[in-house]
Amino acid sequence: MHIVVCIKQVPDSAQIRVHPVTNTIMRQGVPTIINPYDLFALEQALEVRDHHGGDITVLTMGPPMAEEALRKALTYGADRAVLLTDRHFAGSDTLATSFALSQAIAKIGNSFGTPDIVFTGKQTIDGDTAQVGPGIAKRLNLVQLTYVARINSIDLTTRAIRVERRSEGGTHVLKSELPCLITMLEGSNAIRRGSLDDALRAARSEIVKWNAAEAGIEDITKCGLRGSPTVVKRVFAPTPREQKAVQIETLEKGAHDVADELVASIFTNQPALEHELSSTGST
Amino acid sequence: MGTRKSKASPPVQGRAGMKKELPEQFRDYRHVWVFMELERGQVHPVSFELLGEGRRLADQLGVQLAGVILGPPGGSTSHAVAEAFAYGADLAYLVEEPLLTDYRNEPFTRALTDLVNTYKPEILLLGATTLGRDLAGSVATTLLTGLTADCTGLDVDADGSLAATRPTFGGSLLCTIYTLNSRPQMATIRPRVMRMPQRSNKPVGRVILHDWRMFEEEIVTKVLGFLSDGQSENANLAYADVVVAGGLGLGAAENLLAVTNLARTIGGDYGCSRPLVQKGWMPFDRQIGQTGKTIRPKLYIAAGISGAVQHRVGVEGADLIVAINTDPNAPIFDFAHVGVIADAVSFLPTLAEAFVRRLAPLNRLKLVN
Repeated sequence: MHIVVCIKQVPDSAQIRVHPVTNTIMRQGVPTIINPYDLFALEQALEVRDHHGGDITVLTMGPPMAEEALRKALTYGADRAVLLTDRHFAGSDTLATSFALSQAIAKIGNSFGTPDIVFTGKQTIDGDTAQVGPGIAKRLNLVQLTYVARINSIDLTTRAIRVERRSEGGTHVLKSELPCLITMLEGSNAIRRGSLDDALRAARSEIVKWNAAEAGIEDITKCGLRGSPTVVKRVFAPTPREQKAVQIETLEKGAHDVADELVASIFTNQPALEHELSSTGST
Repeated sequence: MGTRKSKASPPVQGRAGMKKELPEQFRDYRHVWVFMELERGQVHPVSFELLGEGRRLADQLGVQLAGVILGPPGGSTSHAVAEAFAYGADLAYLVEEPLLTDYRNEPFTRALTDLVNTYKPEILLLGATTLGRDLAGSVATTLLTGLTADCTGLDVDADGSLAATRPTFGGSLLCTIYTLNSRPQMATIRPRVMRMPQRSNKPVGRVILHDWRMFEEEIVTKVLGFLSDGQSENANLAYADVVVAGGLGLGAAENLLAVTNLARTIGGDYGCSRPLVQKGWMPFDRQIGQTGKTIRPKLYIAAGISGAVQHRVGVEGADLIVAINTDPNAPIFDFAHVGVIADAVSFLPTLAEAFVRRLAPLNRLKLVN
């Protein structure tokens, strides 16, 4: 069994700061992490390997420094890491990203064995689009199983897979077939602690590095800015409301009085609410 | 519209490629489409919210608004058609096929792609639900067109292009995205981001029944069952009238009790900002903000929440936002209506008491603690 897990190196979101004057992102010194959603995918891949054997290739597209994220994935127990890095990929939107990744996965298939499952996280914390997984599935013509909360069973003989997929107001139980692409829902597992052996192996491992040509991409116009149908025209900070919040004065007042004043202010703003709360409050 | 346009702040970061032109084959793409999400016989309310938004875009463009309904022949599908008209559609595209009973990616992608290629809309909107996101990603990739996820604002530019605004960089800034050289321009919008439009009793208009067939044997994925969440208590946060939420300012997981107690005292629902979910203090389905739930309550009380853009876009639709924070410079005071500079942990129980005092003469409110 061969499993490919797509991961992304992202800035640690809690640490992102916006420059107060220029409104640009201050990237300097912001630590990077593996996109937290991808760790659910990686752990699920490791669990599948625990039960069915085989090997796991982690793949990322990004700048050379994304190698760190791959090495981290190796410490959790992945067998092999591939870094897709090329200046031609700069400015890729989700369509161009899914193109490059799908080409790389095809190349991984040729080099290391056709994948039975491709995993991705539900979405990334920096882009938050949830579009790259479905894009890869479509381009590789894989069955697409998104928002999977649980894999119930995999039968390698019949190539059948059963999963629980999160949907609005409930969970669908689906039967499908390998090969497929699965995007894992958050909270479905917790990433394991890697073993010492894995840590040592990760430090020594050679990361496979491919540029566009090495990944088998012939048509470079499908990559990066040129291959992206969407264009970001402007980035801006939201303007403050013309009137800032009306502050309830707290100086020289007890919390009791401040709270009374706040409640009065709430019902002055929303008179109808007073009656509604009276009838719906807890009993 | 959820997002205020900021005339004051100049474009600070653009991308190259602005010279992209619309190729000839896309120039006759016309009209605005809204995908009507139908699962287990019910139209998801986000579809109505999108029809309201689609109506506004179509009027600006001087084109028609269409609802797109994919489903099995029968009552629920014809109900969805009627609802599309009631919420403002001029016409409806309908594919009736038994294998479209339960949502599955393969047949829905094929059917919607076929409709787009046949009737050529310029804009296609879908709800950013698990279904809508699953479908939109596949359709956009098949059509090789642009898709902007989780938009908080949609507008039509002077040249008739769709300007789709959404938070970016983990929700710290907003960006406006265009699809310049392909059609349709696709966007997903989360439930509750757009206002629910007025329903009218418009008669059913023109329905275009599209002939599309697929065989069950061609579809790999089968639905074995559906486990409903039922009336789980967390099902209605997005549609609650009163919401109390906590943020990192609460300091510790156990202090969330002050949030839930106030919520229960005043009969509201509760939630939290994204960092608390990342810390594991609350489950994901309680997260309020761009990547969690978008809410539009009559009253929203944010306790110890600093108010990052990611959170702001999820709560801006609230009628009244009350912020409690120790930091007078917290961004939440930029968009809250009423503010109190106080430590939320100690202030919330006092506030709960004040509600009970105020409402005591006429009500059954009891303090929960």
